Amino acid sequence: MPELFQLTAHEISALIAAGKTSSREVTQSALAHIESVEPSVRAFLTITAEEALAQADVIDHRLAAGDQLSPLAGVPMALKDNLCTAGVRTTAGSRILNNFVPPYDATVVRKLRDAGMVFLGKVNLDEFAMGSSTENSAFQSTTNPWDSTCVPGGSSGGSAAAVAACEAPLALGSDTGGSIRQPASYCGLVGLKPTYGRVSRFGLIAYASSLDQIGPLSRTVEDSAMLLQLIAGPDEHDSTSAPAPVDDYMAACSNPTVKGLRIGVPQEYYAQGVNADVAAAVRAAAALYESLGATVEECSLPSTDYALAAYYVVAPAECSSNLARFDGVRYGMRSADKTGHIGLMELSRGQGFGSEVKQRIMIGTYALSAGYYDAYYRRAQQVRTLIRNEFTAAFQKFDLLLTPTAPAPAFKLGAMSDPMEMKLADVCTIPVNMAGLPGISVPCGFVDGLPVGMQLIGAPFQEALLFRASAVYQQATNWAAMLSRAATAA
Amino acid sequence: MALSPEQVRSVAALARLDLNDDEVVEQSLHLNRLLAHVEMLQQADINGLEPTSHPMTLWNVLRDDVVRPSLERDASLANAPEARDGCFVVPRIMEAE
Repeated sequence: MPELFQLTAHEISALIAAGKTSSREVTQSALAHIESVEPSVRAFLTITAEEALAQADVIDHRLAAGDQLSPLAGVPMALKDNLCTAGVRTTAGSRILNNFVPPYDATVVRKLRDAGMVFLGKVNLDEFAMGSSTENSAFQSTTNPWDSTCVPGGSSGGSAAAVAACEAPLALGSDTGGSIRQPASYCGLVGLKPTYGRVSRFGLIAYASSLDQIGPLSRTVEDSAMLLQLIAGPDEHDSTSAPAPVDDYMAACSNPTVKGLRIGVPQEYYAQGVNADVAAAVRAAAALYESLGATVEECSLPSTDYALAAYYVVAPAECSSNLARFDGVRYGMRSADKTGHIGLMELSRGQGFGSEVKQRIMIGTYALSAGYYDAYYRRAQQVRTLIRNEFTAAFQKFDLLLTPTAPAPAFKLGAMSDPMEMKLADVCTIPVNMAGLPGISVPCGFVDGLPVGMQLIGAPFQEALLFRASAVYQQATNWAAMLSRAATAA
Repeated sequence: MALSPEQVRSVAALARLDLNDDEVVEQSLHLNRLLAHVEMLQQADINGLEPTSHPMTLWNVLRDDVVRPSLERDASLANAPEARDGCFVVPRIMEAE
């Protein structure tokens, strides 16, 4: 009999509904497990044990009183520390927000609170979600539960490590260029970046506002579907949140089929630089889909190479603007050095931001500055149109596109010391953000003893189709079972 | 087109970032490598393409122009490094005569 902390959110939900366990028991089990493995995993920046138990008790009382609550009521989870939580410190992994306590909840946090979910705490990330290993956190490095000498990926590395180590069945992350999908791939998890606008960004500490989306990480497809169901939909506090109707994502996971689905395999995503074993694992998944009744066909997205270059103009430009708010006046760190008002800003920002964040702010500032705007920013936005157009054409022909999530499995802590190398490795995930499309990473095997993921990309608002095809794959393979066994042993 | 250390300092000044000498050297290296990569955008065939600022079509979202409660003043000031009399405290911005 597995321990409560090892169960999926779906299983916990069923046990609570059947009266076989309580939210308090589940939450206590998770907190005890966190205490035992956290010294090696180091996923959490803040653990809110008392608040979690109090939340759990409230849910248990309400369920006992016969209140109708959401299916995930009473289920514990972790939140990436760039999501604002009223009264609970929110750092974005940065020294500059070391003591920041938000006065309000992000919309996603409020929705999950209203749904009765229990928050175990805030988990680690690369500073302001800028990075791919969680090593850019100002506070600590998080380790990969599969191999504690490896990174968990990033920037949502704390979210991924917490779920993979069974510290929580579910976590929220954010994804600007792959920050949910790549750590999901590195840690053997399901991770979804929704369509731009599917989930409100209100209360997400902004990195690049035209690219950022919040999404779930979990050990099974169903769990991510359940979590997205609770957070999707328009929000009056985010004018970019979309009014498009929200599908029934759990229904998409039951009795799923891929018969008649047209799946495209864009050759550029399997090119040089992608580990041959990773490519082979994803191609094996394509063959499996074909055997289950899908049509699988090679295709081409010739501008793929430009996506990363355009991203490193657009994202830093938006970042330089978003992070201008950290000025040492209204919130965040203020330099103790005595100086005038300009010096106060320069010193507070110079001392508060880490190297990677400074680099992106400066690239963005340069790209937007007089004389360079057309050559860099405008051109990058035009290239973005090119990339969108190619995807739009591809989705005339295909329902889904299948690619690797990351070119290789997780690397060793400290091994990727060149920031440019690290950036280049986001080549499979970045184009999806540039086009605003939904993308999911699903475990598809092991390379060198570490899990690797495949990425399914859909047309806008096709999250239900992504869940359906992912659920088919999960049922037809035993990766999920192998993954949960390994997580249990960890 | 590589940025000189002087140009890096002037970009840092525009961005209100205090960098020490070692940081200027380190950031010059990183910025120039990234700019060299971004240079490939010059080869993309973008003739006649409109720029994309957002991936999805956006509409103006309007609401009735009525007063609603907002954050209390104390809550707004609670995270300020220095606050006094309901105000944020900043260094003097005009020199005395």
